[in-house]
Amino acid sequence: MSPHRFLALLKARNQEFLRDRTALGWNIIMPVLIVIGFAFAFGSEDQDLYKVGVQGETADNSRLETFLTTRHIQFIPVESQTDAITKVDRHQLDMLIDIPGNRYWINNSSAKGYILERLLDTSELQKESVSGKEIRYVDWVIPGVLGMNIMFSSLFGVGYVIVRYRKNGVLKRLSATPLTAFEFLLAQIVSRLLMIVAFTTLVYIGTDLLIGFRMYGSYWLLLTVLILGGLSMISVGLLIAARMTSEEAANGLLNLISWPMMLLSGVWFSLEGSHPLVQQLALALPLTHMIDAARAIMIDGLGPAEIWPQLTALTGFSVIFIWIGAKTFRWE
Amino acid sequence: MIEVKDLTKHYAGLKAVDGISFTIPRGICLGLLGPNGAGKTTTVEMLEGILCPSSGTILYKGAPLGAEFRNEAGIMFQHTALQEHITVREVLKLFQQFYPHTRSLDELIEICALGEFLERDTRKLSGGQRQRLLLAIALINNPEIVFLDEPTTGLDPQSRRNLWEQVRRIKGENKTLVLTTHYMEEAYELCDEILIMDHGKIIARGIPRELLAEHYKNSILTLPADALPAGFKPDPGSSLLTRGDWVEILSKEVNTSIEHLIKHQISLTHLLVRSPTLEDLFLELTGHSLRS
Repeated sequence: MSPHRFLALLKARNQEFLRDRTALGWNIIMPVLIVIGFAFAFGSEDQDLYKVGVQGETADNSRLETFLTTRHIQFIPVESQTDAITKVDRHQLDMLIDIPGNRYWINNSSAKGYILERLLDTSELQKESVSGKEIRYVDWVIPGVLGMNIMFSSLFGVGYVIVRYRKNGVLKRLSATPLTAFEFLLAQIVSRLLMIVAFTTLVYIGTDLLIGFRMYGSYWLLLTVLILGGLSMISVGLLIAARMTSEEAANGLLNLISWPMMLLSGVWFSLEGSHPLVQQLALALPLTHMIDAARAIMIDGLGPAEIWPQLTALTGFSVIFIWIGAKTFRWE
Repeated sequence: MIEVKDLTKHYAGLKAVDGISFTIPRGICLGLLGPNGAGKTTTVEMLEGILCPSSGTILYKGAPLGAEFRNEAGIMFQHTALQEHITVREVLKLFQQFYPHTRSLDELIEICALGEFLERDTRKLSGGQRQRLLLAIALINNPEIVFLDEPTTGLDPQSRRNLWEQVRRIKGENKTLVLTTHYMEEAYELCDEILIMDHGKIIARGIPRELLAEHYKNSILTLPADALPAGFKPDPGSSLLTRGDWVEILSKEVNTSIEHLIKHQISLTHLLVRSPTLEDLFLELTGHSLRS
């Protein structure tokens, strides 16, 4: 390992990337536009359904039957009262009814909660209230959009670029020098990681200034998640690029990987309540862990003690994929 | 400098290189000639350490190709893209960082005449400028041995002659050169020794002038095919070859051959008398033209 050779290649790769205006556009403008688009689209009335969490048996409950059969209200069975109260707190549920406990919760700052309360026969129920600030969809979606951007940047910026280098002879030219595969791959990884951290930070600050969003946790922890998440996604790109020689095939494979990630990792909508098989599958995708950890930090203000499973998963993905990618790498 | 023994390379049942052996003495320019698919690029890439031979050995200064070879060899590939969005100067600086010992940039810029486009993006170079840059990269570590794989293919005649000048200058520095080429003229101008390959085998080797003298004792007469009557036979000792609309007489003795033509009342209006070239030798040895 020669630091000279590594740094020279790192610099060249950074220059190549920073001077490519189309790539820059994709990495900065796209996520900003998406976030702003969502802020406007879901800014005020995002859904016309009321959502009510129901705890306990409902079948033999005649006294609440009128309310529980109201149309345009979605009744969602809940398991954990604590989680459900948190959701009322964040306006993700408009009301929670605890049937055995004869209690209900609404959020005092929620108009929907007020209307539901008027519909409910409250004579036998005890009112509980919470007063948390609403989590807008944009607060929830921003870690997803940033994560998705990092995923595309890593997969295509490392995977596709190495395959292109191999096809057009850049790799062959480099392989004829004393440069080692390790130095080459490290330079690619570090270059992309630096770019991801820089651009994600820029996009984060920019969108925060424009629309402002919720961030309750530690910025350092968020940066850790960003680096580990970026690394795990770069390692997927590396794995794909280890041997492929066709740009078209690489492009197809990268799309084949990135689209399910985008849909199944909870970028746009929560997978809560989806088929257990889908949830299991989502756990096999690094993006899921990255977005989960980022949301836990930003929305819930959680610390390392709570998100260690995600951090472990991301580290695991990175180590395994980089190891296999480096082992199978061929210049030609 | 390099010793090659029983070198073979198979590709899915095809023998691209079929058990060839040769040595490259220090300080010479060796030309590898052959039609497309003859195995010359495969051979040169094995010598460069880019391709792994299926069998056989390659020794550089008596040892297998290793770190020493990587530091002391300069390579100009046939097809090479460079990282995009970086300038000629930046490319040179990048490659300079890869080697422990390097030549100064000023010297390279002067040898390869890079001065006028030093700050240009590598994507915006003309064919000739690009080849000069690739040559400069091949020379950046001040190599002892330089490989040039078809360095002038696709260049205009002016750029080709310029590149020859640069190659001659490198030769003057007492470096060992290995050159593959399509162009017989190029081989004749630059190479001290040539190897002619076909179907993965070496079919001739030697000093260009001597090879020609060995195969041809005299000149070649060329005439339009329709100038000769059907069933025409040249003078004894000479032979006749038909090449499309032209007929070539490999003459044993020019005066005798011409007297023979005059005796048969053949028009000499379009007669051309010339010395044989490597191209003729190549055609004779392989039965097909270099560029076919």
